[in-house]
Amino acid sequence: MALLEVKDLHVRVEEREILHGLTLTVNKGEVHAIMGPNGSGKSTLSHVIAGKPGYQVTDGEILFKGEDLLAMAPDERAAKGVFLAFQYPVEIPGVATMTFLRTALNAQRKARGESELSTPDFLKKVREVAARLSIPQDMLRRGVNVGFSGGEKKRNEVLQMALFEPSLCILDEMDSGLDIDALRVAADGVNALRSPERAMVVITHYQRLLDYIVPDVVHVMSKGRVVKSGGKDLALELEASGYAQFEDAAA
Amino acid sequence: MNVALKTSQPGPAPDRLFAVARDRLPGAGPVAQARARAFEAFAQQGLPNRRIEQWKYTDLRAKLGEVAPLAPPPGDTALAGAAAAVKKLAASSGALTFVLVDGVYAASLSANATTVPGVRVRSLREFLDDPAEAARAEVLTSGAGEAMESLNAAMATDGLVIEVAAGAALTSAIRLVHVATRSAASAFTRSVVTVGRGAQATVVEQFVAAPGAAGYQSHDALVVRLAEDARLQHVRLMEEALDAANISHAYFTLDARARLNSFNLTRGAGLSRYQGVVTLAGEGGELATNGVNLLGGQRHGDTTLLVDHQAPGCVSREAFRSVLDQQGHSVFQGRIVVRPGAQQTDGKMMTRALLLSDEAEIDNKPELEIFADDVSCGHGATAGALDQTLLFYLMARGLPEVDAQAMLIEAFVGEAIETIADDAWREVAFDAARRWLSARD
Ligand SMILES: Nc1ncnc2c1ncn2[C@@H]1O[C@H](COP(=O)(O)OP(=O)(O)O)[C@@H](O)[C@H]1O
Ligand SMILES: [Mg+2]
Repeated sequence: MALLEVKDLHVRVEEREILHGLTLTVNKGEVHAIMGPNGSGKSTLSHVIAGKPGYQVTDGEILFKGEDLLAMAPDERAAKGVFLAFQYPVEIPGVATMTFLRTALNAQRKARGESELSTPDFLKKVREVAARLSIPQDMLRRGVNVGFSGGEKKRNEVLQMALFEPSLCILDEMDSGLDIDALRVAADGVNALRSPERAMVVITHYQRLLDYIVPDVVHVMSKGRVVKSGGKDLALELEASGYAQFEDAAA
Repeated sequence: MNVALKTSQPGPAPDRLFAVARDRLPGAGPVAQARARAFEAFAQQGLPNRRIEQWKYTDLRAKLGEVAPLAPPPGDTALAGAAAAVKKLAASSGALTFVLVDGVYAASLSANATTVPGVRVRSLREFLDDPAEAARAEVLTSGAGEAMESLNAAMATDGLVIEVAAGAALTSAIRLVHVATRSAASAFTRSVVTVGRGAQATVVEQFVAAPGAAGYQSHDALVVRLAEDARLQHVRLMEEALDAANISHAYFTLDARARLNSFNLTRGAGLSRYQGVVTLAGEGGELATNGVNLLGGQRHGDTTLLVDHQAPGCVSREAFRSVLDQQGHSVFQGRIVVRPGAQQTDGKMMTRALLLSDEAEIDNKPELEIFADDVSCGHGATAGALDQTLLFYLMARGLPEVDAQAMLIEAFVGEAIETIADDAWREVAFDAARRWLSARD
């Protein structure tokens, strides 16, 4: 059984259809890249998978481990193993990062019927992961993402990914706003999480990120559909020839 | 539950209220005269209604209906109920606790302060009955003659008189617990705190109900004076029964370089008014006064503050937060007055409301009255719902919706609660807020 199956998905935002019958299958152990010009609907797809309100699914379905994902609240999806690393992680003043991480992790464990992690075990785990991602301890004491640089926010997303150990990671434009060093740190963090039990969907506008996170499958999205799929060479092809050739295919 | 008593049902006429209570009110001579004058001032005005500018949003005549008769002095059952209620409350370790039950000082439930160096604690009754106390009538004339202040002065049966000696640095908090065991009756209390020159103290007030107490009224006043260079942390946690009424006044006067940090939490009572007046009377005083109103059901909570900058070079900060659910109604009236000559005043006031329901209501009335030219003053107000983007972020990380909301609300009120300098009392305040968050009543 595929880990994620998106079938003929039609999605509207405020009466305008954004996704026009999108189909995508991701198996565990695979890394998929979704590339496409701005406005092609990449973030919309990631939001609908994560359960963000404000989108109407008018047709199609999303199965996750064979279950109807669209019937679940966002927190249930998270507990089942769906993780979206946001393109724009939000700042939450007044909620200490450490408190947030612990509450979220324990909420997921509770939903799965697992026991809460003890404080020492939790701290040990966070420290390990944080050290790997060069996240200083004082960042964890601050409000969630408050005063973090762009790179720090993205690393905080990767930190959560490592901590929650989801089975599906969707990374939305992880490279946006990052310089090459910051990108490398974040990509290393992601690569460390690659595993036969886990799948990743890497959404990006540029080929650059895929030099660091090498995909198994590349999809090209245009105007709300997947218009072409192929191996990792497809990304290089796109880099050379641009997206223009696909504009017609999607029309 | 609505606390408004039926206005059609005539209660005891104001004169009878006082006449009946008179025998129980301590203080002869000048004290009795001050009470009679205060009662006269109340009787002439009656309960304030919305036509009185300061009570525009909190019409006591409509919402309270009448002043409930004085509660009987507590007997053994009341004292036992109160003891149980106090025992359940969290406090900082080593706090000196003094308990007022239905408006009467309960020595048997209170600490013995005579052994603590640097502080003297007496009951108001003892203080008012002491003919050697030349200033005893003055504590009844703190207000400006407004109706509810006058009523409190006339009717106060008891309270505490706390004197912190000059230079003393108290390590234990002084804690006043008001316990209601009565139903459909009033308690009138008035307490006095003086913090001597250079002294440091923490004073905490808690208002709670013993099981079964319902539909009662608490009328309280706190009169505080900080001498030069004195420092006070004041924490007030109001957790009355949800169908009770609490009408409280607080007066703070700061002499030169005195520092006051005052925090109020309104978590209980169906109808409440917390009316504070802070007078910055000496140069270089510093004030931080912060508050949180947590209101659900049909509860109405009014915080009205006047910060009076009389001396130059003082700093005042007000941060006020309200969280409203169902038909909760919060009122915040904040006025900063800068008198002529109070140059280099730095006064800021910020009020924010979080509305969790379409039917909740907030009235904000900030006012600045500035009569000096070299000052920096400002105020701001916001009101809005929970940020859906933040809520989704938390849910996408696995928090169920109610937990995600609670986390954001706690962060919102936390901005005010964090201002409590004392670690232990800050946690007690957070716990009280969390109790509301799990019930939202
Ligand atoms: N909340 C929204 N309201 C209205 N239009 C939206 C909203 N979100 C996305 N869109 C529109 O949907 C299209 C796809 O956007 P998006 O999914 O963000 O694309 P991408 O991530 O590929 O750049 C765009 O035309 C965008 O303007
Ligand atoms: Mg996008």
